Amino acid sequence: MTGTLGIVGFGLSTIGPGIATGLIFAAYINGVARQPEARSILQPLAFLGFALAEALAILGLVLAFVLK
Amino acid sequence: MNLLEGAVRPGFRAPDAGDFVFPSIFGDSVLTTKPVVLVFFSVILISTFFIASSRKALVVPSKIQFAGEMVYGFVRNEIGKDVIGSEFQRFVPFLFTIFTFILTNNIFGIIPLIQFPTMSRIGFPVAITIFVYLTYHFVAIRKHGLFKYLKDMCFMPGIPKFMYVILAPLELATYFLIRPLTLAMRLFGNMFAGHLLLILFTLGGEYMLHDKLIMKIFSLFSFGFSLGFTFFEFFVQCLQAYIFTLLSALYIAGALADEH
Repeated sequence: MTGTLGIVGFGLSTIGPGIATGLIFAAYINGVARQPEARSILQPLAFLGFALAEALAILGLVLAFVLK
Repeated sequence: MNLLEGAVRPGFRAPDAGDFVFPSIFGDSVLTTKPVVLVFFSVILISTFFIASSRKALVVPSKIQFAGEMVYGFVRNEIGKDVIGSEFQRFVPFLFTIFTFILTNNIFGIIPLIQFPTMSRIGFPVAITIFVYLTYHFVAIRKHGLFKYLKDMCFMPGIPKFMYVILAPLELATYFLIRPLTLAMRLFGNMFAGHLLLILFTLGGEYMLHDKLIMKIFSLFSFGFSLGFTFFEFFVQCLQAYIFTLLSALYIAGALADEH
């Protein structure tokens, strides 16, 4: 089996952000479903939360490539 | 994997971090490499667009004036006024510059013939982050004074006293280390990863095109996916520019906040 430990690290680092993205957008969908007028208020919050959670997964991918 | 290695041609060379290093175009200096030339070009592009947009400001706007005002209005209202609050007007030029600069340089990643997001070189996000870092610290120190700023950061009121042992180092690390690091790394990582994936799917498709028939069919999927991924990459680029500016505004708003 060949490959680097970095790829395994990246795979592990996507568990958390994957769950986090699901939770964030579940909350957003729930909020919009209960009150459709709140859509424009909740949308920036949803994208902000998503980007913050995704940052760690992206860090994993980048460091897997950069630190060989 | 024998499927990918031909008898006479070498195996697939996957893209890596070396693909982001460019030789200088003329002369020997780092200032004439592709990323630096693109950054200068982006500044010229942004300046030309917004000067043309605001040149003869009519009450009923022309198309280019409308486009320029839409971008400016977006940054001023959604990011400036809603986030920072009452003193937002003096930060709008800064936020507007960051937003348009990052957005233009990100979009360079999917324009044909340019196809390099300059924010995928770590130096550029770091440079912008340094300005944001200095701004939010300077604003807080000028408003609250250095000692009160650090005291309110480490020893927040309304928290049981024994928590300060854990909270103070954590808050210090957050404000002084983790925020600038993640701000720069988030932008850099997204652009780096997106560009790398685009290279991978395009080069992989091209590699498979020279192989057996079944591989030629797979290469079509690879090219198709790289096309679809380009659209996704456009969304990510706009989102990352927005997130960077929004977080900068949030940090400035936090520095200006009166409570704690």
